[in-house]
Amino acid sequence: MGIVNHEKTDLHGITVHTIETKKYKTTSFILQIKAAINEKDVTKRALLSYVLQSGTKDFPTSKELRSALDDLYGATLNADLSKKGENQVISIRMEVANEKFLSNSEPVLDKAFHLLSQVLLAPALENGVFKESLVKKEKRSLKQQIESIFDDKMRYANKRLLEEMYESEPYHLNVYGKEDEVDAITSKELFEYYQEVILNDRLDLYVIGDISTQEMVEKVKKHFSFPEERKDSVGTNEKNREEKKIAEVKEVFEEQDIQQGKLHMGYRTYTTYSDDDYFALQVFNGVFGGFSHSKLFMKVREKESLAYYAASRFESHKGAVFVMSGIETGNYEKAVKIIKEQHEEMKNGNITDAEFEQTKAMINNQVLETIDHPIGLSEVLYHNVVAGTNRTIEEWMEGIQNVTKEDVVKVAKKVTLDTIYFLKGAGTNGNENI
Amino acid sequence: MGMKTFEQLDETLHFEELENGLKVYVLEKKGFNKTYATFTTHYGSVDNHFKPLGKNEKVKVPDGIAHFLEHKLFEKEHGDVFQDFSKQGASANAFTTFNRTAYLFSTTSDVKKNLTTLIDFVQEPYFTEKTVEKEKGIIGQEIRMYDDNPDWRVYFGLIENMYHHHPVKIDIAGTEKSIAKITKDDLYECYETFYHPSNMILFVIGPVDAQDILNFVKENQSQKSFKEKAPIERFFEEEPPTVSKAEKIIEMTVQTPKCYIGFKEAAPDRKGKELMHHELCVNLALEMMFGKSSPNYETLYEEGLIDQTFSFDYTEENGFGFSMLGGDSQSPDELVKRVSEMVEAFKQENISTDSFERARKKKIGAFLRSLNSPEFIANQFTRYAFNEMDLFDVIPVFESLQVSDVEEVLKNHFKKEAMTVCQVRKKKS
Repeated sequence: MGIVNHEKTDLHGITVHTIETKKYKTTSFILQIKAAINEKDVTKRALLSYVLQSGTKDFPTSKELRSALDDLYGATLNADLSKKGENQVISIRMEVANEKFLSNSEPVLDKAFHLLSQVLLAPALENGVFKESLVKKEKRSLKQQIESIFDDKMRYANKRLLEEMYESEPYHLNVYGKEDEVDAITSKELFEYYQEVILNDRLDLYVIGDISTQEMVEKVKKHFSFPEERKDSVGTNEKNREEKKIAEVKEVFEEQDIQQGKLHMGYRTYTTYSDDDYFALQVFNGVFGGFSHSKLFMKVREKESLAYYAASRFESHKGAVFVMSGIETGNYEKAVKIIKEQHEEMKNGNITDAEFEQTKAMINNQVLETIDHPIGLSEVLYHNVVAGTNRTIEEWMEGIQNVTKEDVVKVAKKVTLDTIYFLKGAGTNGNENI
Repeated sequence: MGMKTFEQLDETLHFEELENGLKVYVLEKKGFNKTYATFTTHYGSVDNHFKPLGKNEKVKVPDGIAHFLEHKLFEKEHGDVFQDFSKQGASANAFTTFNRTAYLFSTTSDVKKNLTTLIDFVQEPYFTEKTVEKEKGIIGQEIRMYDDNPDWRVYFGLIENMYHHHPVKIDIAGTEKSIAKITKDDLYECYETFYHPSNMILFVIGPVDAQDILNFVKENQSQKSFKEKAPIERFFEEEPPTVSKAEKIIEMTVQTPKCYIGFKEAAPDRKGKELMHHELCVNLALEMMFGKSSPNYETLYEEGLIDQTFSFDYTEENGFGFSMLGGDSQSPDELVKRVSEMVEAFKQENISTDSFERARKKKIGAFLRSLNSPEFIANQFTRYAFNEMDLFDVIPVFESLQVSDVEEVLKNHFKKEAMTVCQVRKKKS
């Protein structure tokens, strides 16, 4: 047994991943529903995730469903959306107290299993399609969600960067879809799309807690039954398309009445999770801007006092690095210059032993910490499904350990700046009056 | 060494108060990779008027100084302590609240080395005029980042509305103007007063040996000398029970208005079990009135007055307490009207035992879930301990609550005259 006791069982229509552990006071279920993101379905799929978690056949209103969850000792149920490479993944998560910690041990696990299966397979219907009132209500929630991105300026700037940088690729799509498409979706269309999802999408269920694999597999067989004609979609990973080569850096400015400019920069890396130099990319990002010892933090914040935050993160399946920093609007040129210089430093191999070793230690620490949390653990394991790989956590850590400075320099030379997006501030935001 | 076992939760807490007054707690978490440690002083943004250690005159210090001090403690003559942690494979952080300043790290290796770094850097201040000046630019940007955040603005706006005098209404980071006044001598004065070991708690949680950690900390502390511990004198102006302002609107570059409704606690002077009882009770009342399975939530959602951002909470510490509820709303004025009607109507109704039990179950489940998180345990335990409560009493206290307790808080806490509203509205161009 490794650091994580992960077992995988392929059943008709669904892959069950069980992780037996006594670490938690709860049992977690994470159901991942994956399909390629595309212009045609993006909004429908987003709306579907909202509708599924708002009612089931047995509990056809939110209030009834939420009461049922409360009765299961406050079991939580939520659905959310994420983009993993060019996939739009719906995650339905449920967490339920382990009955051994309750004074009057009630059998909550089986009920929870049943409820989760109902959320996926027995939605609230009316005249053979999704219940109209639920769809209507969730349309409003989805629109509010899309609108709220505008109000969070960091998220807004990030969204705008992706739209500009990936203009002609599906990755530019926002995972919540398009606001102006929401209203036109009918319950019937949405239900037809749902039927396609049940027939075609890849499904992975993670169950994490003080459980037994055998028992969980039996429960899945009992509660989750899929149509005969459903494809067993195991291993449907098409390699990402060839990434665009960059001729010149695109610079986009926008102005809003805000106090602080939000600088976002997007780089293409030409490396994704399944590639051999993926580990070197991890280390590259760590030295560049992933931590508080990284070049960006040390130069932009500590040395120049230009910002409170200056960091980079990367997307494993699209193969992108994104830099973000909040700066005074007038400091734009200076900040961009410093950020570009840090990348140049890395291309030239100017990486100290301390930066290099600290980064590896921090990445190691980060992955071990991530897998202490049930959702973190499921996300780490799910990378393998998205990328079509089969890496254990031990192999992953070893991969990081084996990276050399030369590997990092090689990756640094592949990494190319594509787009700079700057949301300028006009500086009178938030005046108060009564 | 003391030890307390919480059988139902399968947890054992080890603790000891050292000679210098430092309280050390260790919770063993087998099976986890991570060790998480917090070193926290009972000192936050509200402690701005006090008698400095060893002096007779009261002083009033600039707004934002506790947070400024938190930033500056990381800088030493040899450089930045963040780097020391990351060399040892740990990630460090810190935060300042109204009542606490916490320094922390998490790591999966070299626990003792990192623990030494944590304790030593907090206990060895190094402030110079030059480094203090440099930090003003960074914190200035932090303040601006919050200025652009509508959720933060509406939250703080609501607290400002509630208080006439209490320093809880002062923004934790201060303003660019107030921090401009901070000097290294101010920092030393606050440090000397509030960072005495007897005003602090060290909490370590992870796959560690408790006895070993306790001995290690004791050894570290025995090599340092501290001034005699003395009680800290803090001063607060008398705060009337009424709100300072009933309504405020902040205009920002947003699409969706935000609206929060607050109820100010009239007598926030509880401690210990009484405080925990009260806090859980108000939270239970909120859950019954506006929880996701309540008829009110369903109505507000269907009327389009709230969305998934809707939330509520009650918090009380020595000298201030309030509940707040709200979120994004397309019709904020209508939301305020409906919520206040609902509160009034709920007070008149008979509380159903069913909904009481359901809300209680939900709260107990949520508490168990949060015990999966070492961060939650360490931070909340410390907050509770500073208020003379024990985190691990939460379930028994929940179990002891009665319907009549909820009726009591409905009557005394959710009063019309204690209500205030803050909105963020779309800026007119």
